[in-house]
Amino acid sequence: MKGVMVKLTIEEKTYSCQPGETVLDALLREHVNISYACKKGTCHSCMVRSADTLPPEAAQAGLKNTLKKQNHFLACLCRPEQDMIIKLPDQSEFYTEGTVVVNEMLNRNTLLLVIAFEDAFEFSAGQFVNLQRADGLTRSYSIANTPQESNTLEFHIRRLTGGRFSEWLHDEITVGDTIAVSEPRGHCFYLPERSEQGLLLVGTGTGLAPLAGILTDALAQGHSGPIYLFHGSREFDDLYRIDELRQLARQHQNFHYIPCLSGKHVPEGFTHGRVNEVALASFTDLKDWRVFLCGHPEMVNQMKKMTFLKGASMKDIYADAFFVTPV
Amino acid sequence: MTDTQNNQEATMSKTLYERIGGEAAVNAAVELFYRKVLNDYRINRFFDDSDMDKQIAKQKAFFTMAFGGPNNYTGRDMRNAHAPLVKMGLDNSHFDAVMEHLGATLVELKVPADLIAEAAAIAESARNDVLGK
Ligand SMILES: Cc1cc2nc3c(=O)[nH]c(=O)nc-3n(C[C@H](O)[C@H](O)[C@H](O)COP(=O)(O)OP(=O)(O)OC[C@H]3O[C@@H](n4cnc5c(N)ncnc54)[C@H](O)[C@@H]3O)c2cc1C
Ligand code: HEM
Repeated sequence: MKGVMVKLTIEEKTYSCQPGETVLDALLREHVNISYACKKGTCHSCMVRSADTLPPEAAQAGLKNTLKKQNHFLACLCRPEQDMIIKLPDQSEFYTEGTVVVNEMLNRNTLLLVIAFEDAFEFSAGQFVNLQRADGLTRSYSIANTPQESNTLEFHIRRLTGGRFSEWLHDEITVGDTIAVSEPRGHCFYLPERSEQGLLLVGTGTGLAPLAGILTDALAQGHSGPIYLFHGSREFDDLYRIDELRQLARQHQNFHYIPCLSGKHVPEGFTHGRVNEVALASFTDLKDWRVFLCGHPEMVNQMKKMTFLKGASMKDIYADAFFVTPV
Repeated sequence: MTDTQNNQEATMSKTLYERIGGEAAVNAAVELFYRKVLNDYRINRFFDDSDMDKQIAKQKAFFTMAFGGPNNYTGRDMRNAHAPLVKMGLDNSHFDAVMEHLGATLVELKVPADLIAEAAAIAESARNDVLGK
C-alpha cells in the first residue's frame, strides 16, 4: 500500500499516522477523544477541519461545498499525504477583542451593533461568531455584513425579554466598550459558483442578519440568477431595513424582496401570512435552486423539509437555526 | 478463454454495489427515495424530520446496504435501529411500502431490471430483523 508516515498536530500535541492509516484510526489508536460512528464516510460524525493544508479530495466526498471550502474533511476517509494540523469540532475557541463603534436601534426591539477590530477579521458573509461576556456567558450572533476594509462586523440583536445576553447588549453595552468575539463559524454562506442559479432566502426576525450578508455578497459577486428574499415577522414594527431592501430591489432587476406579516394588521405593500408559507406558495418547483433559511428553529426545520420536497437538493439547502439555549 | 467468458468472469466477481455504480448511484437514489417516503402518508410518521441532514445520511446507509455495499451493520444493528419503530407499530405493510419506493426509485434511475431484483432481494432479506421478528 502506498503512503507515507505523517505527523498530525492537534492543540500542540503531535501524533503519528502510519502509511495507509486513516486519520480517524490513527487518532483512535492514540486515544484522542473524537466522535465517530460509521467509519465509511456516511454519518459525518467524525468531521474535523484542516488548519493548514488542503485535505485530500477523497476525504471531502459528500460534504457541502461551503464545508469543503473551509477545509473540513472526514477523518475516517482521510489518508493524509502530508503533515496536517487538525482542529476537532469541540476544541476551545480563540477569541479576539473588538470595540463597539455603533450601537443604535433598527426597530423597537432590534439593536444594530457594529464591532471594529484592529486587524483584518476573515469570514464569509452569513457566518456567525460567539460573543463572550467577561463572566464567560457566551451566545452566537450572525454577521450581517460582508468583509470590510474597516475590519468591522455588523450584528442585529433582538431583545429577548428576560434574556441574559441580549438584554445585557441592549441595556449596558455602549460605544467604546470592548467585547470578546470568537472565530467565525458555520457553513451557511454564499459561494460564487453557478451564478445563474435561483437563490431563495427565507428569514424570520433577526434571521435577516445572515441573509443580508449573503444577499450583499451574492450581488457584489455578480450573481445573475433570480434572488428572492422573504423576510417575516408578526407585526410591522418588528421588520427592519424595509426601505433599504426596496431600494436594492429597484437597483437590481434580479432581486425581489417580499416582506411578510403574520399578524392582523397588514399595511399596503406587505404580504399577509407566515413567511415560510408565503415563500412556498410562490414556487411550484425548487429544483436546482439554492436555499438559505435563517431564524426561528421551527421555521428553519420545517422549510428544510418543504423546500426539499419541492425539489431542492439537500446539498443546496443552507440553514442557521437560531436555537435559544434552554435554562 | 474467450472475451465473453472474460467479461462474464469480471461481471461475476463484481459486487452489486460496484455494478450499480457505487457511491454515485447511492447519492442519486437517496434524494429521490427520501422525497417519495416523506410524501407517503402510510409511512412518513416513522421518519422524524428534526434533522434532515442526519436523515439523508441514514438513507445513504439504507441504500449502501440494499446494494450490498460496504457497511458494518449486523442483523442485530438492524433490529436495534428499528426497534423504536416497531414499538410505534411498524409492520409488514410499512415494509412493503418501503420496498415499493425502493423499486420505483431504481426504475426512475433506469437501473436494469435484473439489478433492481438483486437489490430488492437484499432488502427483503432484512425483513425479519427490521420488523423485530
Ligand atoms: C447560529 C445562531 C445564530 C444566531 N444569530 C442571532 C442573531 O443574529 N441575532 C439574534 O438576535 N439572535 C441570534 N441567535 C440567538 C442568540 O444566540 C441567543 O440565543 C439569543 O440572543 C437569546 O440569548 P439570551 O442570553 O438573551 O437569552 P437567555 O438568557 O438564553 O434566555 C433564553 C430564555 O428564553 C426562553 N425563550 C426561548 N424562546 C423564547 C422566545 N421566543 N421568547 C421569549 N423567551 C424565549 C428560553 O427557554 C430561555 O429560558 C443565534 C443563535 C444561533 C444558534
Ligand atoms: C427494507 C429493509 C430496510 C433496510 C435494509 C433498512 C436499513 C436501515 C439502516 C441501515 C438504517 C440506519 C441505521 C443507523 O445507522 O442508525 C436505518 C434507519 C432507519 N430506518 Fe430502515 N431499513 C429498512 C426498512 C425500513 C422500514 C420498512 C422503515 C419504516 C417504514 C424504516 C425506517 C427507518 C428509520 C426511521 C430509520 C432511522 C432511525 C433513526 O432515526 O435512528 N426502515 N434503516
